[in-house]
Parts: sequence; C-alpha cells; structure tokens
Amino acid sequence: MLGDYSIGDLGSIFVMQGFAGLILFSVYVLMALGLAIIFGQMGVINMAHGEFMILGAYVTWLTSSAFQHYLPALFPGYFFLAMVLAFIASGALGMLVEWGLIRHLYKRPLDTLLATWGLSLILQQTYRSVFGAREVGVELPQWMLGSKQITDTIEVPINGIFVMCLTVLITVAVAWIMYKSRWGRQVRAVVQNRIMAGAVGINTEKVDRYTFGLGCGIAGVAGSAFTMIGSTGPTSGQLYIVDTFLVVVFGGAASLLGTIASAFSISQTQSTLEFFMSGSMAKVLTLLAIVGILMLRPQGLFALKVRK
Amino acid sequence: MSNEIKRGLQSPLRRKLLMGAAVLPAMALLPRLAFGAGPPTAAVNTTGLAVTDTEVTVGILHSATGTMAISETGSIQAEKLAIEQINAMGGVLGRKIKVIQEDGASDWPTFAEKAKKLLVNDKVASIMGCWTSASRKAVLPVMEQYNGMLYYPTFYEGLEQSKNVIYTGQEATQQILAGIDWITKEKNAKSFYFIGSDYIWPRTSNKIARKHIENFLKLKVVGEEYFPLGHTQFNSVINKLKLTKPDVIFTDVVGGSNVAFYKQLKAAGIDLSKQTLLTISVTEDEIDGIGGENIAGAYACMKYFQSLKNENNEKFVTAFKKMWGDKTVIGDVTQAAYLGPWLWKATVEKAGSFDVDKVAAASPGIEFKGAPEGYVRIHENHHLWSKTRVGKAKLDGQFDMVFETADLIQPDPFPKGYQ
Repeated sequence: MLGDYSIGDLGSIFVMQGFAGLILFSVYVLMALGLAIIFGQMGVINMAHGEFMILGAYVTWLTSSAFQHYLPALFPGYFFLAMVLAFIASGALGMLVEWGLIRHLYKRPLDTLLATWGLSLILQQTYRSVFGAREVGVELPQWMLGSKQITDTIEVPINGIFVMCLTVLITVAVAWIMYKSRWGRQVRAVVQNRIMAGAVGINTEKVDRYTFGLGCGIAGVAGSAFTMIGSTGPTSGQLYIVDTFLVVVFGGAASLLGTIASAFSISQTQSTLEFFMSGSMAKVLTLLAIVGILMLRPQGLFALKVRK
Repeated sequence: MSNEIKRGLQSPLRRKLLMGAAVLPAMALLPRLAFGAGPPTAAVNTTGLAVTDTEVTVGILHSATGTMAISETGSIQAEKLAIEQINAMGGVLGRKIKVIQEDGASDWPTFAEKAKKLLVNDKVASIMGCWTSASRKAVLPVMEQYNGMLYYPTFYEGLEQSKNVIYTGQEATQQILAGIDWITKEKNAKSFYFIGSDYIWPRTSNKIARKHIENFLKLKVVGEEYFPLGHTQFNSVINKLKLTKPDVIFTDVVGGSNVAFYKQLKAAGIDLSKQTLLTISVTEDEIDGIGGENIAGAYACMKYFQSLKNENNEKFVTAFKKMWGDKTVIGDVTQAAYLGPWLWKATVEKAGSFDVDKVAAASPGIEFKGAPEGYVRIHENHHLWSKTRVGKAKLDGQFDMVFETADLIQPDPFPKGYQ
C-alpha cells in the first residue's frame, strides 16, 4: 500500500499517525486515572466507573443547553465550567456511593465487584428514565471543532490537542496530590497499613471517602471531555469500561506511573496495528499481546512493593 | 315536616342515582356500538387466538431497556401510534386492538422467551417487533414453532425468508444498489472505501456492495475495515482515508461508534461537503446523537426521510409529534415500524380471518396506500416493494432528498451473483 505515495505524503501521514497514537494515549490515561486511584489505593473494583463518566457527559450536555438558552454570549467558554460541574457532580455521587454502599463491603472485594456492577445497571436505567433512551448531542463551541493546519498536508484535530492538554494537567494535579500534599501522604499511609495509619491518628474512613470521590470526580471530567469524541447515551459508559480495566490491570494496580506506561504501550500498539490492518484484527492482536505479558508478569508492568 | 325535609334531601340524590343507573348500561354499550360490529368470533378465529367479539390482542416486542433502547424506542412509538389510529377508525374486523408490550431488554434469549410468552400464554394474533438481526434470528424459530406472525421493521442483510415474518424494512440489495449507482454517476466516483461495525449486517451489506462495484460497475474498492461494536477511536483509519483518498467513503458503522466516527472525522478536517460519504446506517435518529454539524453534507441511502414531501408523510409526522413530543425525530426504521400494524390490518381484512395461516397466505399483494414513504406492496417473499432514496444531511439534522428511484424496487433477499 505504500508504493504509490511520495516521501512527503508518507512523512505527513507518519506525523499524523503519531498524533493519533498520542491522542489515544491521552484518552486512555484520562479514562483510567480515576479507576487507577480507586482500584490502586482502595482495592475496590469499580464496575460503575463508566457510568460516573457518563454522568459527567450528561452534566456537560445540561450545561451546554443551559448556556445556549440563557447565556448564548458566553457559550464559547462553557466547556470549562462544564468540566468543573462534572467533577463536582460525579465526585459527590461517588462520595455518596462510598458512604451508602462501598464502605460496608471493604472486607469483601468480590462483593464490591457485584455491588458496583449492580450500581452501574441502576445508573444506566436512571439515565434512561431521566434523559431518555436516545443519545443526546452535545453542542460544542465553534473553536473546538475542526482541525489545526500545521503544514500543507499535516492536520491535527483540535479536540485531540484539548484532550492531551487536559490529560497532562490532570495527571500532574493527581501526582501532586498523591505525592506532595499532606492528604496524599495520608492516602498512601492507609494503603500501606490501614491499622497503623488509624493508630497514628489518620481518619481512615474520611480518607477512603475522599479518595473514592476524587476517583469518581476525575471519571466525570473524563466523561465531560469525551463528549467531544464519542457518544452520550445511557449505555455509553460501557464503551469505555473494558479498555479502562485493561489499562489499569496491565499497568499494575496502585501505580500511577504504571497506568501511564500501560496506557502508552497499549495505545501505541493499537494505533500502529490499526494503521496496517483492520480494526478488529488490531484489537485481537493487542489483547493477545497483553494476555501474553500478563502471563509472564501477573502483577502488571509496575507493582508497589508492600509487605503483606 | 321532617319527612318532607328528608324527602327533599333524598330526592336529588335518588335522582342522581337513577340517572347514573340509566347512564351505566348506555356507557357500557358505547364501545360495543363502535367495536363488535364485525363478523362472529368463531368465524374469524379458528385457532384459539386472543380474539373476542370486541377485542383482538397484538404484541409489541422491542428493547425498552438496555443498549438497543436507543434505536428501538422510535419503533415502539410508531407502532403505538399506528394502533391508536387504527382503533380510532374502528379497529380490525370491528375489533379494538389491545396491546401487550414486552421488553426484549437488548438480550437475544430474552427476546425468544418473550416471543414464546406472547404466543403461548397471551395468544396474540401478531407481533410487531425485533430490531437487530440477532434478535430476529433468536425469535424466528419460536415464531415458526408456535406459528406466530412477526412484522419486522429494520433494514437488514437479507438471506432470510419465512412464512411467519413480514419484513417491512428493506433488504440489502434494495437499500444499497440504487444508491451506489446514483453516487457513482453523480460524483463520477472510481474508488470506494468501506468502514463498518464488525457483525453480520455490515459485513453482508459490504459484500453485496463490493460485488456490485467490482463486477457490475467495474470500479475499485480500495479499503474495507471493520471495527468491534462500541469502538470509539477512529483516528488511525481516518489517516488511512487521507492516504488513500477514495472518491466515496461507504459506511455502515452503528451505535455509539457512529457518533465517535463522525465527530472524529470532522475534527480531523475531513470536510463532508468536499469528501463524498455514503452511509446506510445513519437516520435522523442517529443524527440526534451525532450532531448535525458533524455530519452535514453526507449522503444517506434508505427508503424514508422525515422531510419527504407528500400528503401521507405530512399527516404522519404531525400525528407522531403530537403523540410523542415536538422534539422527536423520525428515522427510516421508525417509519417502517409504522407500516406493520397497517399491513396486518389490511391483510386480516382481506383474509377475513385472524388465523395466522390465512394471514400469511393472504399477505402477498397487500398494498398500503397511506404509507408515509408512499405506496408499498408486499411481495411473495414477504418483503416490501419500495423505492430507494438518497438524502443529503443538513445542519439541522434533517435530510434533503436528492434522488429517488423512479419505480418500486423488487425485494430480492437471496440475490444471485452477490453471494
């Protein structure tokens, strides 16, 4: 397939393909970050992660409709407010769920799996009853549409650049919270030894609640950002959940660096393979490679060393 | 004195009671006057269906929950509208249609189970239902075993025919061929690139399209790609499109992937007013989620658009919006679902019976002149004769019809030379 093209053409495609890989990488990091925090720090397998994302997407849709209706002049900037609202809404729901459901199941990890799966079904049906079964179209401000022409033949999608910047920002923020702030130290202390952390005066229940809330909040922001590239419907969350778990498990639970490394390797493999073969085959080969590596390294790419 | 007061108090009450007593039978008679004037039940129902002197029971079987609810909601709405209109006109053979609605819940075994329940327990005279091919394939053996009648609304891949099913949507050759011929001529196209979701309908449709393009039009297919259902990242394939520069992108991507595909296509700078794209999977329903600005300029090839200008369609759109709200849109399948109850009514009246065998035998040749898409007729193979149309998507989410076949196209579920 490469025979008939000039070197210049191929170069441009190569660059754009590189960008496609980077965009996919950002998307993976963004959707996996919230889950990685919850799974890594708390050991809770949150099957409702996708539904928290979609809550963020619906909040974005509501905000966009509200701005169109009442504040059309400020419409170009609504997206930033929408992301903040999405964070608050998903985070608050997350904390509520932790309080009402998850905290009773900490000692039963398999039950949290079932409980959060049930929760995801409940949330899906709730969205369907409230917002209708059909997908909603989130209208975007004009500046976020289209692509940026870098040279004559190289074009980069603006929403891709936006997602990349957002991902960097959120990753840095999470890293700072986890490794530099006092609260992050408390979280890590609870992960390493819950009983000792409690004994030295850390309110472990509160730490749990806020950690869960943070993870869900980030999921909400991710959902908000994904309205630019995907669909918003009651079951759209299911589209992301498998890839999200793949990234987190492959990266090794409890490791931010692992999540990033795994998102990078999966996205690059996937997008390169997709270029040379059909989408379904690319997916099959990516999954096979992951299964193979996990058989050799069941703990994932990076694992936290904890004395058990 | 006291007696008189009593009587005074009593009498209006008594009068009311008397009046009530007089009105009651009259009210009870009202439906009997409208319904029940038809032929005796014993004559029109010899197989123990749920038919009384005043009522006949019909099933609706779609997914009201689960991932397919996005698509099937429109079909449920259209079928209910048709049934309401039929009842307002006096029902079928003088009997009011009573609906039992079951939820297939986007789960194919559930569809089969519910179909069995409708046929065996409820003894419905016919079922309007199913959407995906997978659900139809699950229901088909049940329909054949218990001898039911299914009206199936979706455009589909063909390769099927049953005494117990009437296919009110188009099969693949009906939908695709005329559209490809038109776009080839109109755009002077030489090369095509196929992108589809990875399951039976896109694969079969693309196979038919490829045979047509390569063997009959002698043109080239430069790429054929399938993505798993629910795939959300299309940047790599969009780069391939930029590299191969096909004259026409031919798509049958479905569900949430659809939205992601068009949003990313737009974001990647592919302008659909310059790059020709022909889709067979985007109706007005899907554009609701995709957003008009992301798909404006694309061509869709099917048999119905909400914007069709004819008297039937104007009435249909008005009635639909009155019943289901101003904001609802009507896509191809929704219209096809609307045909089901009307075709069944016409068939039952021709057969003079609700019996499934008689209805199945009477089906070929049944016409419906009030169809929003225009005149339709049932073929011997239980599919519909229908026109094929091409529409161009507009910013507001509606289509402008740019082409329509002159004649009805014959349904051909087992096309020779295309398999």
